[in-house]
Amino acid sequence: MIVVDNKPIEDILQMIAPYKKVLIAGCFGCVTVCLAGGEKEVGLLASQIRMARQKDGSPIEVLEQTVERQCDKEYLEKFQDNAREVEAIVSLACGIGIQYLAEVYEPIPVFPGVNTQFLGANRDVGKWEEFCMACGECVLDKTGGICPIARCSKHLLNGPCGGSQYGKCEVSKDVDCAWHLIYDRLKALGQLDKMKEIIPAKNWHRDKGPRKLVKEELTLERN
Amino acid sequence: MKEINNLKVGSNLEKVLASGQFACTGEIGPVTYASFANIDKHAEEMRGKVDAVNFTDNQTAVVRLSSWAASLRLIQLGMEPILQMVCRDRNRLAMQSDFLGAYAHGIRNVLCLTGDHQSFGNHPGCKGVFDVDSVQLIRMLRRLRDDGCFECGAECKEPPKFFIGCAENPFGDPFEFRPIRLEKKIEAGADFVQTQCILDMERFERFMEMCVERGLHERAYICAGIMPVKSPRMARYMQTSVPGMIVSEEFCQRLEKAEDPKAEAVEISVEYINRCKEIKGVSGVHVMAVAWESIVPTVVEKAGLLPRPTF
Repeated sequence: MIVVDNKPIEDILQMIAPYKKVLIAGCFGCVTVCLAGGEKEVGLLASQIRMARQKDGSPIEVLEQTVERQCDKEYLEKFQDNAREVEAIVSLACGIGIQYLAEVYEPIPVFPGVNTQFLGANRDVGKWEEFCMACGECVLDKTGGICPIARCSKHLLNGPCGGSQYGKCEVSKDVDCAWHLIYDRLKALGQLDKMKEIIPAKNWHRDKGPRKLVKEELTLERN
Repeated sequence: MKEINNLKVGSNLEKVLASGQFACTGEIGPVTYASFANIDKHAEEMRGKVDAVNFTDNQTAVVRLSSWAASLRLIQLGMEPILQMVCRDRNRLAMQSDFLGAYAHGIRNVLCLTGDHQSFGNHPGCKGVFDVDSVQLIRMLRRLRDDGCFECGAECKEPPKFFIGCAENPFGDPFEFRPIRLEKKIEAGADFVQTQCILDMERFERFMEMCVERGLHERAYICAGIMPVKSPRMARYMQTSVPGMIVSEEFCQRLEKAEDPKAEAVEISVEYINRCKEIKGVSGVHVMAVAWESIVPTVVEKAGLLPRPTF
């Protein structure tokens, strides 16, 4: 999932300081699962904003709405009625949702209520970890299903650097060395030979500039 | 002295190693200000005492006078540098461009390293490049030299021909993988190796046994890293707080119990060098006296490594 974390309330209050009526827009996708941008968090943020502004002597009206996904235009259209009513929108979706919302509802200003962190997995209650960097050229077949691009601090492709010790990365004792994990996994799989292969320099840019994916068979523009 | 033939590059370091003599290199850490004063000073101290001098590349991710500029200064002083290059600060364009310039200026030895993570340094928020890793960097240099082509495959008309070095850390983990990683580097094109400094001789000996078993010593010159550590506090710090280092208890205690820790540090270094001479597969030593460069001549002399060969 796309893992996000809430922005400090002070930052959000500053963004919406000039406005008297705003919409907090939530998303039932990844941000609901990582407990930062779903219906519940929308309600919580709305209350915090109302109270803070009340206390400041500049009351504000805050609408609340959450849709299935903010990365799909079809669902963004559901914000239409509320968007017409407000001067600004705070989105609690990931960076994708925030941008798409801003595009669809221009010229209404849209502000981020979260910091998008990474593509990761849920490790435990309240704990997420980065697993993938969406590099566009998966190497997991060579590395025992553990990604060195995302999980090695230096994105190394040919084994651990000299800073790997006791299974930990040189940057912190709280960070596992991805290459040590890969070594152990390949050993368990009886595939240690894969560690001997020299992986050549990576093509970091599969596309020129921002990436696009077009599946011809699915597009509606076909004849 | 073995007859020297089939030199790849012809640098002094390569000649010493190819002639079968026990090599000895030094190291100077460039300063964090715009001056050659420390290089000039330490170069004079090391003149005639070492075969070549390493210049670190923004060591510990702290901004320092660049390795190629320091190397160039040493050439002007009539000595031979080893240009260190890390993967952290440059992409493949910048690396290859620096190699062209460095070679045109007369630099002949390069040591390829991954580089400490940027979070250790004085610009922790900077973007770590790591476009290529150290194995890929070695391969890039070897292809430039032997195939006359850039990483992209395009022809390089007058390619730089470097004597290619790499590092390996016998004290990193997984321990059994370390010789395999070194083998990858040799396969990629490394001609010589400088190991992480040895502060635990038993572990180094086990590492060398594994290297010799794989025949690595016959495919590249392996030089052992020697570090005179001038204070017991520094030894303890490295033992507990520097990732990728193993400092034996004996090493720490000898410095702690010594009346004159500096003299003891020299003594230990000399002992270690003498032990390295006896270890199968070790072709020389790299003496890195971090922030204590002036001690290198004393260590080298006491270890019986003088005079250095001339060609």
